Amino acid sequence: MAKPTLTLNGKPVEFEPGQTILEVALNNGVEIPTLCYLKDATPTGACRVCLVEVKGARTLVASCAMPAGPGMEVTTDSQAVHTSRRLNIELLLASGNHNCLTCEANGRCKLQALAYKYGITDIRFKGQTQQYATEDENPLIVRDFSRCILCGRCVQACNDVQVNRAIGYGYRGAASKIVTTGDRPYHHSDCVFCGQCLEACPVGALVEKKAKGQGRSYELKQVRTTCPYCGVGCQMLLHVKGDRIVKVTAAQGPANKGRLCVKGRFGYDFVHSPERLTTPLIKEDGQFREASWDEALGLVAKKFKEIKKEHGAGAIAGLSSARTTNEENYLFQKLFRAGIGTNNVDHCARL
Amino acid sequence: MAGLAASFGSGAMTNSFAEFDQAKLLLVIGSNTTEAHPVAGAFIKRAVQKGAQLIVVDPRFTGIAEHAQTFVPIKVGSDVAFLNGLMHVIIKENLQDQAYVDAHTTGFNELKAKVAEYTPKKAAKIAGISEELLVRVARQVASVKPAMLIYTLGITEHTCGVNNVRSCANLQMLLGNVGYDCGGVNPLRGQNNVQGACDMGALPNVYPGYQKVEDKAARAKFEEAWGVKLPKKNGLMMPQMFEGMADGSIKALWVFGENLANTEPDIRHVEHCLESVEFLICNDIFPTETTRFADVIFPAAAWSEDDGTFSNSERRVQRVRKAVEPPGEAKPNWWIFREVAARLGKEWKSKSGQEIWDKEVSKLAPALGGIKYSRLENDGLQWPCPDTKHSGTTCLHKDGCFTCGMGNFQALDWTPPAEVPDKKYPLVLSTGRRLYHYHTRTQTGRCGGLNDLLGQETADISLADAALLGVADGDLVRVSSRRGQVVVKAKVTPQVPQGMVWMAFHFREGNANWLTNPVYDPISLTAEYKACAVKVEKA
Repeated sequence: MAKPTLTLNGKPVEFEPGQTILEVALNNGVEIPTLCYLKDATPTGACRVCLVEVKGARTLVASCAMPAGPGMEVTTDSQAVHTSRRLNIELLLASGNHNCLTCEANGRCKLQALAYKYGITDIRFKGQTQQYATEDENPLIVRDFSRCILCGRCVQACNDVQVNRAIGYGYRGAASKIVTTGDRPYHHSDCVFCGQCLEACPVGALVEKKAKGQGRSYELKQVRTTCPYCGVGCQMLLHVKGDRIVKVTAAQGPANKGRLCVKGRFGYDFVHSPERLTTPLIKEDGQFREASWDEALGLVAKKFKEIKKEHGAGAIAGLSSARTTNEENYLFQKLFRAGIGTNNVDHCARL
Repeated sequence: MAGLAASFGSGAMTNSFAEFDQAKLLLVIGSNTTEAHPVAGAFIKRAVQKGAQLIVVDPRFTGIAEHAQTFVPIKVGSDVAFLNGLMHVIIKENLQDQAYVDAHTTGFNELKAKVAEYTPKKAAKIAGISEELLVRVARQVASVKPAMLIYTLGITEHTCGVNNVRSCANLQMLLGNVGYDCGGVNPLRGQNNVQGACDMGALPNVYPGYQKVEDKAARAKFEEAWGVKLPKKNGLMMPQMFEGMADGSIKALWVFGENLANTEPDIRHVEHCLESVEFLICNDIFPTETTRFADVIFPAAAWSEDDGTFSNSERRVQRVRKAVEPPGEAKPNWWIFREVAARLGKEWKSKSGQEIWDKEVSKLAPALGGIKYSRLENDGLQWPCPDTKHSGTTCLHKDGCFTCGMGNFQALDWTPPAEVPDKKYPLVLSTGRRLYHYHTRTQTGRCGGLNDLLGQETADISLADAALLGVADGDLVRVSSRRGQVVVKAKVTPQVPQGMVWMAFHFREGNANWLTNPVYDPISLTAEYKACAVKVEKA
């Protein structure tokens, strides 16, 4: 059966039944700006930034929520579209505290990027004063409602991406707010701190508490790596400034597809703990003293030789680590088998 | 892993995480997925949201159970009886995939005879559920093909752990579910690189790539590669090493990146062993309860301070990258091992993660032969990946063609846990992990915010037992077993059934391993963390 077609900016294009206009445009290399759109989640059509013109329609339509139909004539960048988009962005900018100077999102903010793209320099509307106090009391996530544009991406991330069902829309009209059950702070709610809401927030309404003031997005180097906790093997980006990891975000790995859990996202700063072991230690008379590498390595080798000579290699055993890399595990068992001469090597696979 | 290796010929997760949210029916048994593997849990929950059926089998009403259409609260340690009961109903009602069974498996008649003994009446009684529920689950799991089975340590941490695993394998082979996308038997590994540590031969009976120490040809291969004569006999497993430390036959132990003093069952016994051994070496990133006993401590570079690879549960080798410098004089673990080898007269050439992998590991392990660092930049590769043209393997035993030729059914009897409740210790203690911490908190205990979310251990008890004991949520209770006792706060929760106490091992104070029973599965030597007898009193 032939695929249905529609006209996109004057050109006929094919589409799959069920696709939205936005998806059809993306597939055909036509860019439509979005704010609230979150891939693979149920569209909300909340922000009205992705408006397009469909011939015969009563109004402009939100392309993220409108299913493509055969024979539709869609224009993505007409004067009407441009004017409306600009107005909607202006209204969003007026709706809260969108001062970029000290905002954590500066440089990665989608609203800021749209304001720049559409050249919005002054705002004709007077905004409302801050209605809800910032939630700064939970240990990990700052919720600054004055910067929230109610796009709902965090709600989709929580309900559709992680299926944790901890947040939704609360109150009505101008009093609208993203809330947990009973509008309680995150740590007194069903929230499990996976931080997918942080990942989804296009502005500076949700930010990592530990990363606040630690560096702007454009100052941070990103290093992709694998999470050090459970066996799922989530892929993540370490955001590094100088010699410090300042935050962690999810990468699109095959086993996590942009998700992390609380440990993966927030369990990174142990590496910078002042309690780290920094020098070899040798115990003497029940007390540890600092030693050089040469002394400590030499002592271990000497001891191994002595024990091997007196009791045989079978009197030496090693427990490898399921927490460290393949290469380290490989070399550990090689050391026991080929260096010492025993197969007494195991690890806690059973834990 | 020993169980799956015996049934299928390969001891690893058969399928991939990407299939979880595509599956049509998932049977999750002994897995607290939303706390121990939260991202895997998210995919299961998404599958349900998209219309999949979910059956959760667990003594506790866990977070993932909240998403299930069918929750089966079996008694701790009754898994074999329950699974035999399911197979009894399936065979009696002729719901098995007989064509698959005939073409791809051996031992069906023995299995059939054995499960015939496990009538719904008998199996349901052992499992502590209704016959009606057992029959319903059997029909439900047989109604969708393929169905995916997922398990975690609730299956393996028993004295009958290997039998539990083999029973899961029996069920999935009987239903013809092994070797297809969105099917299979899928153990979720608890640690980031347990799969890799096994793959690398950090086991007393196999070299890298599961090549057997006792196999002459394999030994000759490694003797040639490493340029030394190698010992012929298998080495000791961890519990045997502990015995050796206690009786003096083990003189030196090297512990690398593990906090044994808190993670092993019966802490008092473990510490006695660590104290007894003549010479203890530890590599770690922090002082721990275990390093207290060391004679030499080497400061190691941590995750993010060196380059290497981890292998996840689905056999995927993925890169770990260096982002920052190690503190002070801390060094990568491989460097430490290489330096000791040099002082034992062995000069090893490889001097980076990449050189070790590309020049040694992938050359010596046939299933990893096609995996090279240059191919791991983005999404990694899943073994088996025998050559550099191979794109890796998402699903093992494709179409029922098992690694070992034919899948092996094993007729098994249920055995109870080694220690069951009695008059003196009337409750069952089961243990595991909680969401906000990892193992003994060596890492997560030093991350801002996580201690605020979970700051101490609790003993989770049922509403019914709390009422009987006169204990309210937050009251201090003394939990004691034949090994020891702890005083912790009670968490009174509907998650836990009457007769059960549930605890974790994240905190030194109130650590469940003061209480757990150091008894082991006879084959895998996995400890029975999931069942011992305790009593609870108001403290």
